[in-house]
Amino acid sequence: MPLRETAPKLSPEQYEKNFAEIEPALSERQAAVESARCLYCFDAPCTLACPTHIDVPAFIQKISTGNLQGSARVILSANILGHSCGRVCPTEVLCEGACVMVEKGEEPIEIGRLQRHAVDYVLDREIQLFQPGKPNGKRVACIGAGPASLACAAELAKWGYDVTVFDRRENPGGLNTYGIAAYKTRASEAIREVNLVKQLGVKFRQNTEVGCDVAFSDLESEFDAIFIGVGLGETWDLTLPGEDLHGVLGAIEFIEKTKVQPLHEVEIGRRIACIGAGNTAIDVVTAARRLGAEAVYLIYRRGEPEMPAFAYEYQLAKQDAVSFLWQTQPVRVLGTNGAVTGLECVRTELGAPDAKGRRTPAPIAGTEFTLQVDMVVRAVGQQPVTDSLRAIRGVELEKNGTVKIDERHQTGNPKYFAGGDCTNGGREVVDAVAEGMAAARGVDAWLGAPRKK
Amino acid sequence: MADMKVTLAGITSPNPFWLASGPPTNTAGQAMRAFDAGWGGVVWKTIGDPIVNTSSRYGAIDLHNVKMMGFNNIELISDRPIEVNFREIYDVKKRYPHNLVIASLMVESKRETWHDMVRRAEAAGSDALELNFGCPHGMSERGMGSAVGQVPEYTEMITSWVKEVAKIPVIVKLTPNVTDVTRIAAAAERGGADAVSLINTINSLIGVDLETFTPRPNVGGKSSHGGYCGPAVKPIALHLISSVAKTVKIPISGIGGIGYWNDAAEHIAVGAATVQVCTAAMHYGFRIVEDMIDGLSQYMDAHGFRSIEDFRGRAVPNVQDWGDLDLNYKIVAEIHPELCIGCQLCYVACEDGAHQAIAPYNASHNGASSEQKNGKKNPNGMGVHVPRIIEEECVGCNLCALVCPVENCITMKHVETGEPHMSWKERTQRNPSCAPPTPSGD
Repeated sequence: MPLRETAPKLSPEQYEKNFAEIEPALSERQAAVESARCLYCFDAPCTLACPTHIDVPAFIQKISTGNLQGSARVILSANILGHSCGRVCPTEVLCEGACVMVEKGEEPIEIGRLQRHAVDYVLDREIQLFQPGKPNGKRVACIGAGPASLACAAELAKWGYDVTVFDRRENPGGLNTYGIAAYKTRASEAIREVNLVKQLGVKFRQNTEVGCDVAFSDLESEFDAIFIGVGLGETWDLTLPGEDLHGVLGAIEFIEKTKVQPLHEVEIGRRIACIGAGNTAIDVVTAARRLGAEAVYLIYRRGEPEMPAFAYEYQLAKQDAVSFLWQTQPVRVLGTNGAVTGLECVRTELGAPDAKGRRTPAPIAGTEFTLQVDMVVRAVGQQPVTDSLRAIRGVELEKNGTVKIDERHQTGNPKYFAGGDCTNGGREVVDAVAEGMAAARGVDAWLGAPRKK
Repeated sequence: MADMKVTLAGITSPNPFWLASGPPTNTAGQAMRAFDAGWGGVVWKTIGDPIVNTSSRYGAIDLHNVKMMGFNNIELISDRPIEVNFREIYDVKKRYPHNLVIASLMVESKRETWHDMVRRAEAAGSDALELNFGCPHGMSERGMGSAVGQVPEYTEMITSWVKEVAKIPVIVKLTPNVTDVTRIAAAAERGGADAVSLINTINSLIGVDLETFTPRPNVGGKSSHGGYCGPAVKPIALHLISSVAKTVKIPISGIGGIGYWNDAAEHIAVGAATVQVCTAAMHYGFRIVEDMIDGLSQYMDAHGFRSIEDFRGRAVPNVQDWGDLDLNYKIVAEIHPELCIGCQLCYVACEDGAHQAIAPYNASHNGASSEQKNGKKNPNGMGVHVPRIIEEECVGCNLCALVCPVENCITMKHVETGEPHMSWKERTQRNPSCAPPTPSGD
C-alpha cells in the first residue's frame, strides 16, 4: 500500500550530499594543527568525562608526533568501538564539553574528529593492534552484537577466553549498524569496525536469535558464562486511535530503512510528523528532511526547555528547517483508505513538576487542530526485549523491563551477566561499551581464570 | 613622537632597523624595495670572489603550529661578480641618499686584497663596511669568515689592514661560535674597528630525515653544517651582546632572532644601537618593518624615551654575575583560581620537573587539599580542578607560571624575608668555608 503522498525523489547527487558525513575527516595538516592545540592536561577532564576513560591527551599527543598507530592503540585499548564513538558520541556533553579550552573561552579540542583520524588510519590499513590472549579454556557466549556485547567479547578474547557472539540480525554492530543517523555513520563503517573484534578470534553467529534459533539451555551447557547485551527493541506504541494506519511507524524502524536500503528507495511522505523530542526524534526529522520531505513537524507535549535532545542535536534539526510544535500532544491519527492523511493534536499546559522535576503536561480542551501529514513517526523510546529472559532461572527484571544486575554486571543467575541498553534503559554507545567492558571484568572475576597477557 | 634616527660610528640611519647581510640584501631591486618599505639601512649580501651555491640551501624547525621557529642555511656569500654588486650599490645610493648601504666584505686574508676591496666599496658610495668574520660554513673552510673571527689575532690584524685605508666606518661582524666572544670583540676594537655587529649564525645541523638518514638541507643525499638563526637564537644574541657591551666602548649593531619591535627593543636594551633582521624578512617579506617602527615608536612614547639613545643599554647594568645576585630575595607562586582552567600542567610540572610545591586537585599534600571551583561554561558540571601552591615548599622558580596556558593565572609574589641583601660572593667572603675549592696551580 502506498503512502497518500510521497516526497518527490531527489537526484542521486542530492541524496549523496544530504547524507554525506556531517563531520568530514580531518586532513593530515588539520589533524596536526588541531592536535597541537591540545594542552596535554594532567589528570585530564576529557578523560574523566569519557565513560570509557580513553587517555585523550596521550592519543592526541601521539597524533601530533605522527604516531597514528600508537594513537589508535591508546584509543582502542580503552574502547574497542572507538571508531563509532569518534563519530556518534555526544562529545559536547562528554570529552569536548569537559575540555579546559571551554573554560579558557576557546573552542574545545576536536577530540571526536581526532579520534576518528587515528582509528581510520589503522582500519584503512587493516593493521591488527591486539592479539587474542593465550587460550584459558573458558568459553563465553555474548547475546547481541551491539556495542555492549562487542566490547565485552573483545575484552574477554584479549584475556584468552573463547567467545562466540549470537545475533539475530544479518550484520553485527547493533545500533551502530542499524540505528544511528546515516549522516553520522554509515552501516558499512560499523560493520568494518567489527573486524577489530573478529581479529581477536571472536566468532559470530548472525541470524541466530537466542531463545528461538538456539535455546538458552543449549548456551548454558556449552558456555561457562553468558553475557546479555540485547539492547532495546521496537519503539513504544502511542496507543492512539488510527495508529494501525499505513504510514505510522517507529523511529528505530524508520532509521533502519535509511541504513539498509538505497536512500532513493526509502519510502518517505511529503509531510511528516514525528512525536517525541529526544535524540532519536532528531535523527528522524533530520533524515526525513534530507530524504526530501517538504514539511517535517516535531511534536512534543512539553516545552523547548524540557526537550531531552542535546543542544547539538536540536541545532541540527533547526538547520534542517524542521518545524517544532511545543506543548502539543497527538490525539488520533487520521486516514483514508488505510493510509495516513493527518494527525489530530491538542495544545497542552504544563502543570506541577513530577517526581523527576519535569512539569506534567495536560491537554487544553478546545485547542484541537489537525496537521495534514502523510507519515507519523513515533519516537517515544524503545521497548525492552527482555521478556524471553524471564524464562532463565534466577534472572530478574526491573519494573521497566531492564535486566537487574549487581556491580559486577552479574544477574541473579551467576552464569549470566548483562550490560548496555538492556540494563541501563537506553544510553549512549560509549556507555554500552563501558558496561560491556565492566561485565567482562565481572565474568573474569567470577570464572576465576588467571589473566594471561 | 620619539625620534627614530640613530647614529652609529658617525653614520646616521633614519631608524635603527637594518636588513642584515643575507639573501634579502642580494640585489639593488631588493634594497630599493626594502627602503620603500621603511628599512633604515641594508647590509649588502657579502661581496667577495663569486662562489657557487648548492641546491638546496635552507632548513627549518617548526614548533607545533609555528613555522620556522629556527632556521639554518648553507648558502655562501654573493654568487654575483664583485663589480656587479658595487655598481648596484652605486645606483641604490644615488636613488636613496638618506638610507644606509653597508657593504659586507669577505676576501682572502691578504693585505692588498683587502685594501683593494675597501677602496672599491668606498668608490661605490657605501656608507660603511661590515667585515664578515663570522660565516660558519663553507667560507671558513677556505680560511675566511669564522676562520678569522674565531682567532683574536687574525681579527685584530685584518681589521687593522682595513683601517689602514678605510675612510668610512668599519663594523666587524662577530661569530658566536667561540668560547668567549668578548675576546674577539676586544681584538676588533684593538684593530681599530668603529663598531661590532653580532651575532652571526650559530653552527648547526638543523635536522635529520629519518627515512633517508640525510640531514637537512638535503643536497643530493648529503648535507653539511650550516648557520642557525631565527626566533630561537634571540636569547643567545641578547647574552652575547650584553657581554660585549660590558667589554668594548665601540657601538654595537645587534643581530639575532629579531622578528618584532619588542625583540628589537630588547636588543637595544642590552646595548645595540641599531638592529639587523634577516630571517623574519625571509619569512614574511620587507613589510614587517612597518610595525617594527610603529611598535617601537609607541613603546618609546609610552615610556617617555625621545630617542633610541634614551634607553640603549639600560638593561646592561642589570646583567650581573650570578655571584652578585641577592640570595635573600624571595618570591612564591600564586594561583588565581578565577582564571584557572584546570589543566593542572603547573602541578605536574612542579611535581615531576621541579620542587613538589603544588598540590593537585583532590589530593592532599602536607595535610591540605586543593579546591574545586564551579566551571563557568563547562556543561557537564564537573567543575574546574584548581591546584594549590604549597607556599612553604615553593622556591619561586617560575616554572608553574611559565607552563600555565592562561595569562596572569599564576603570578609570582614577593615575600618579605626581612633579611639583608646577601649574594654568594658576600656570603663566601663572610664565611670562607663556603668558598669553592681553588683549582690547584692557580
